Amino acid sequence: MAEDKKELAPELKEKLRTEFEKDWRKDMRKSVPPKDRMKLGRQKMPERGPDERNKDFEEVNLGLTPEMARAEARRCLDCVNPQCVAGCPVGIDIPGFVKLIERGEFLAAAWKLKETNSLPAICGRVCPQETQCEELCTVKKAAGVPVGIGNLERFASDFERLSGSVTIPPLLPPTGKRVAVIGSGPAGLTVAGDLAKLGHTVTVFEALHEPGGVLIYGIPEFRLPKAVLKAEVDYLKRLGVDVRANFVVGMTATVDDLKNEGYEAFFIGSGAGLPNFMKIPGENLVGVYSANEYLTRVNLMRAYDFPSYDTPVFPARTAAVIGGGNVAMDSVRTAKRLGAERAVIVYRRSRTEMPARTEEIVHAEEEGIEFQLLTTPVRYIGDEHGRLRAMECQKMELGEPDASGRRRPVPIEGSEYTIEVDLAVCAIGQSPNPLIPQTTPGLKMGNWGNVEVDWTTMATNLPGVYAGGDIVRGGATVILAMGDARVAAAEIDKFLRR
Amino acid sequence: MPKILTRERLVPNIHLLEVHAPEVARKCRPGQFVIVMPDEKGERIPLSIADWDAGRGSVTAVFMLVGTTTRKLAALKAGDEIPVFVGPLGRPSMIETFGTVVLAAGCFGIGALWPTARALKAAGNRVVALIDAKAEDLVYWKERYRSVCDRVLFSSRDHALASKDFIPRPLENALKAEAPVARVIAVGCTYLMYACAQATRPLGIKTIVSLNPIMVDGTGMCGACRCTAAGKTKFACVDGPDFDAHLVDWEELFMRRRSYFDDEIRSLCHYEETELP
Repeated sequence: MAEDKKELAPELKEKLRTEFEKDWRKDMRKSVPPKDRMKLGRQKMPERGPDERNKDFEEVNLGLTPEMARAEARRCLDCVNPQCVAGCPVGIDIPGFVKLIERGEFLAAAWKLKETNSLPAICGRVCPQETQCEELCTVKKAAGVPVGIGNLERFASDFERLSGSVTIPPLLPPTGKRVAVIGSGPAGLTVAGDLAKLGHTVTVFEALHEPGGVLIYGIPEFRLPKAVLKAEVDYLKRLGVDVRANFVVGMTATVDDLKNEGYEAFFIGSGAGLPNFMKIPGENLVGVYSANEYLTRVNLMRAYDFPSYDTPVFPARTAAVIGGGNVAMDSVRTAKRLGAERAVIVYRRSRTEMPARTEEIVHAEEEGIEFQLLTTPVRYIGDEHGRLRAMECQKMELGEPDASGRRRPVPIEGSEYTIEVDLAVCAIGQSPNPLIPQTTPGLKMGNWGNVEVDWTTMATNLPGVYAGGDIVRGGATVILAMGDARVAAAEIDKFLRR
Repeated sequence: MPKILTRERLVPNIHLLEVHAPEVARKCRPGQFVIVMPDEKGERIPLSIADWDAGRGSVTAVFMLVGTTTRKLAALKAGDEIPVFVGPLGRPSMIETFGTVVLAAGCFGIGALWPTARALKAAGNRVVALIDAKAEDLVYWKERYRSVCDRVLFSSRDHALASKDFIPRPLENALKAEAPVARVIAVGCTYLMYACAQATRPLGIKTIVSLNPIMVDGTGMCGACRCTAAGKTKFACVDGPDFDAHLVDWEELFMRRRSYFDDEIRSLCHYEETELP
């Protein structure tokens, strides 16, 4: 696995330093002494009340106001050695954009973000900032509560979008080189944006009928509105990126076919599109979904608006969602919104081991989600029509740490009990989608169906073919996929100009 | 968006849709399917590919009127556009020189098996088609089948056709008359495929069916189409759609296909109230 937190690259350090030395930054640092900045409390993200929001799919967080954003930005110390940047997988100049917000130059802050991040309105909403930039924030170390970097990122990019003045950065002269990007998720969109800015002709191939990958089929409207995603995709289109939906690379055309058509470089970002199941009895009963299917029906196919939209989804009286990650939180909060009286997370470890973003767990708790922790299902039980009616669970206790460093859950003999459920969603992770690997002869694969890459360049063993995101990682986050994509884009550029 | 070239009613409840989709047409092989969505608010459903013409850039699917989606498809006209017509998906059927192959086809399967019949003949097999329909006027593509098959038989509840039986008995008769039969391929409604599987099981004749569970994306991403073969969960979209009929858990397939029965009726009522002229 790649090193996710790294020392800053020398060029990045240099760039940050130059910005740091600018006069306006010096003046701003002097204007409020650090100890006063540290006394300022964190601006709380305005959000809709739990009992209002858990009944619809409108966004939960409302965004900071300009005054709140400036106040929050004032909490940043503008450190000489900004640790937050080291925590960011794409290396955003965090003090740079934060100080522009403090100065009230919101559009400039948005442009600063876009120098390194093509999808800031998305990252500001879905990144696990608490384990990345905000984890390393000096204010957190000194005063306990980090600067709300994610909220500020969201603020600046929303401000730009809502102002209607989204500008196109200068593009390098066209190189005439064609690049095929496979998959329009966070990795694919990032590669596409970077390479278009570098002057290459980019086509993004998407199997589904709308671009976005997990951003459209997986992450619900209440966390990432489709309008935000659409604006980011439109921005890429304005950079000249061609998005071809309804095209399954591997089936409609293989990588080799595209090579014969004149594509010179490839980025495989086809994601973790193969849901894992637990292989326990009753898993194929009607009423047991993979999280992918459940979320796709609701998000991409708009089943929440059935029968105006034609795709149905089961409503539930009691919905159980198996898992403790972001996908599990999205699924259980969706079930609640679709009218479940009880929506329950069933997770085999304890709350501290849950991989979901803290904000999602807190929001779920506020919305009335139940948590049955240290619990795992062992069997699903159906009625005479093959429909799910109950789930047998077993209690767990935590044993010795395993390879992931988390304490291994161990079943407690004789602790089995049954809960009545009429919907179960399995959100225990996904594996890489096999279509591209199966149809690309010679592509080197890892042990669990992932594409193997050189982590320093994201190059596969095939010349000109790069990969990143969940197809190499198995099931990670939006921002890690984007980090891979930025590395790959730089390398693809080098490859095309060699 | 792909353009409709032809949409015609073949028999009272079965329609043909020919779509301009040159990239799909270039790649089609027997046994594959496409995912279609009739309009922006529609559902994604799989349709077996019944024919294609790479030169004309066209792909043909044959479908039976069942619910809202197929009714919407049946309302399309030549020149209309369709937002999703993606493929070809699924593993192609195995085409080899087996010897004598009996094809058992019913309803949309008469269309779906046509590319297989053609390819098996071209591969040097003796190809016998057994076409099942409730009545003679529900049989289509008779002449097409006659043009490539060594024999074309019918099973029907109608006096006008030779046999008056549902498919198992005529199939058994055909297998006896044609013995030794190397392989049976059955495509049609779930019940027809199940009945064929039961008929060939005691005879030990390898039988292939093209499973038709509910799908959403059709590329392995969602797992809606999971079915059990030889005790293992498989995704029909990427592991199939062809499976060994004797290894399929039929009860589970019937049950999963009925998942949304009530919603299908609700959807159809909504469609008839709001969108039908």
